[in-house]
Amino acid sequence: MSSEQAILSIPRDTENHKGIWVFAEVSHGKLQTTAYELLHVGGGLAKELNEPLSVVLMGHNITSLGQDLIDHGADKVYVMDHEKLGQFVDELYANVIVELIIKEKPNKFLLPASTLGRSFGSRVAVLANTGITADATELSINKEKGNLLNAIRPSFGGTLMATILCIRGHRPEMATIRPMAFPQAQKQSGRKGEIVTVPVDPSKYKQRERHLRFEADEKNEIDIQQASTIISGGYGLGGPEGFDPIRKLAKTLGAAVGASRKAVDAGWIPYRHQVGLTGRTVRPKLYIAVGISGQIQHLAGMNSSETIVAINQDPEAPMMKLATFSVEGDLFQLLPAIQTELEKIGYKPTAN
Amino acid sequence: MHILTCIKQTPATDNVQIDPETGTLKREGMAAAINPFDEYAIEEAVRIKERVGGDSSVSALTMGPPQAENALRDAISKGCDRAFHVCGREFAGADTWATSYTLFKAIEKIAKEVSPIDLVICGKQTNDGDTGHIGPGVAAWLDWPNVAYVKKVEDVKSIGTGKGGTVVVHRMMEDGTDVLEMDLPAVIAVVKEINEPRVPSLKGKMAAKKAEIPKWDAAALGAVSECIGLKGSPTIVAKSFRPPMKTGGVKIQGTTPQEKAKNLVAKLRESNII
Repeated sequence: MSSEQAILSIPRDTENHKGIWVFAEVSHGKLQTTAYELLHVGGGLAKELNEPLSVVLMGHNITSLGQDLIDHGADKVYVMDHEKLGQFVDELYANVIVELIIKEKPNKFLLPASTLGRSFGSRVAVLANTGITADATELSINKEKGNLLNAIRPSFGGTLMATILCIRGHRPEMATIRPMAFPQAQKQSGRKGEIVTVPVDPSKYKQRERHLRFEADEKNEIDIQQASTIISGGYGLGGPEGFDPIRKLAKTLGAAVGASRKAVDAGWIPYRHQVGLTGRTVRPKLYIAVGISGQIQHLAGMNSSETIVAINQDPEAPMMKLATFSVEGDLFQLLPAIQTELEKIGYKPTAN
Repeated sequence: MHILTCIKQTPATDNVQIDPETGTLKREGMAAAINPFDEYAIEEAVRIKERVGGDSSVSALTMGPPQAENALRDAISKGCDRAFHVCGREFAGADTWATSYTLFKAIEKIAKEVSPIDLVICGKQTNDGDTGHIGPGVAAWLDWPNVAYVKKVEDVKSIGTGKGGTVVVHRMMEDGTDVLEMDLPAVIAVVKEINEPRVPSLKGKMAAKKAEIPKWDAAALGAVSECIGLKGSPTIVAKSFRPPMKTGGVKIQGTTPQEKAKNLVAKLRESNII
């Protein structure tokens, strides 16, 4: 049977698919906080539908994480523990999960919209013959339409919101969920739940993708997509040294360092820091834009941040008009002054 | 080595208009260009062709309305050798599942009619849909391995067109770089960091002008009609709306930088932000 025939032979079945699944991402042995966010939002959906909440946990030497996920609201944890799953390899991850989906028939399946989730989510959806929404920021149950999942997502760089429905009976309804869009589930120690060990036999599948090595970034650097506070610099910094006071303040605030496209294109800071349409999309609690005028290209990557502070010499800059708090002035005077002020009050960042 | 790049013509403006009936973007009358991320896919495909040499060539593929042909001509001007246009009303309203199916059918046809394909390169996502689903989706239909968020192609070993080989790529992760090897044929989706696209050469522009670009409808692809367009899409856009735009907030007052800093920190603390 060709892959096309195999995919199309998977029946559409709305009757027998039950339960909310969430994917718990493990990176280098560490459970990612997106798992708790998915447990929070997935838990709400499960409660509303009166269906169980299950976690799919994949990796190597991860079985001990199971109880923690139960403590955070999971009724069931499917553990797939294998040496070959120790690193994220799209092909194997997708095959293993699709087999579990076909066997266990979940109703809805949420993944983090991280690099991992966004890389293999749609591979899973196609192979499981079902629909997927990318990067949802709001979820609810559509009571009028047979308890379908309303997945609301930004598109066109956040200038447009769309409600996506999986209306043609494909299950599970899948969605990747933007990190930080939801709060984390609370821990209730000693909650009861079931840990199901799923045997994994990689030799059953084609393995044409191999993980060779991982090269870690410079230490002590918080990634912009995992930060609750971001301080970003733009062309107004005037040069790479403009990032010095930004890095210093970021350290005090426990913030990640972001940048506009112009600052990246000028070679002042690596691409992974770029926020915006051709960079990355972020949604922190606090976004501090320093010397960034606020072109649509940049706004598209950050305008859903909860609070925006703009620091700029030009009071007419679009970013200054959009910001929750705008401060007009010279950044080389203002940033050290803010630094001193935070030190004076003995500010300590809370855990990120 | 035969490399194929999947591209999309997308609105080049932020002036979004929504069709009230379908809830999808109104594309008529909008300035259009190659999706910015696909520029890197085209450039990388051409670079790999130049690197591998021999009889290597690059095909460009798009699905879109008649005017999307312009994007294909642009792709040829930037070094692609030929282009194919999947075009027809029956494809309209496709979600990422139906789109990746349609592209897969076209890739099969190109492989049969031109030569087997060794590597498919997509941009990481489009600027209108922002999903990033197409590369991995096409790979699933083809049953080929794939890696997304590729920032570097470290090495390509091709035994010859359609004869296999390997590719080593660097994937941009949140905390660093994964280095992965795949057997060919394979699919990658690339990020901006991977290269700097060239400007079209005069020779390229001439080739673009002269190129004959086949147009294929669903029948030409042999595509199952229940798998294409709006009707074949598992998901639909039920509703589109503009998010409420943030309107100006508080101007932090003060005569000296120190005073402004103090007032800002006080405001942020008052509002429980820090």
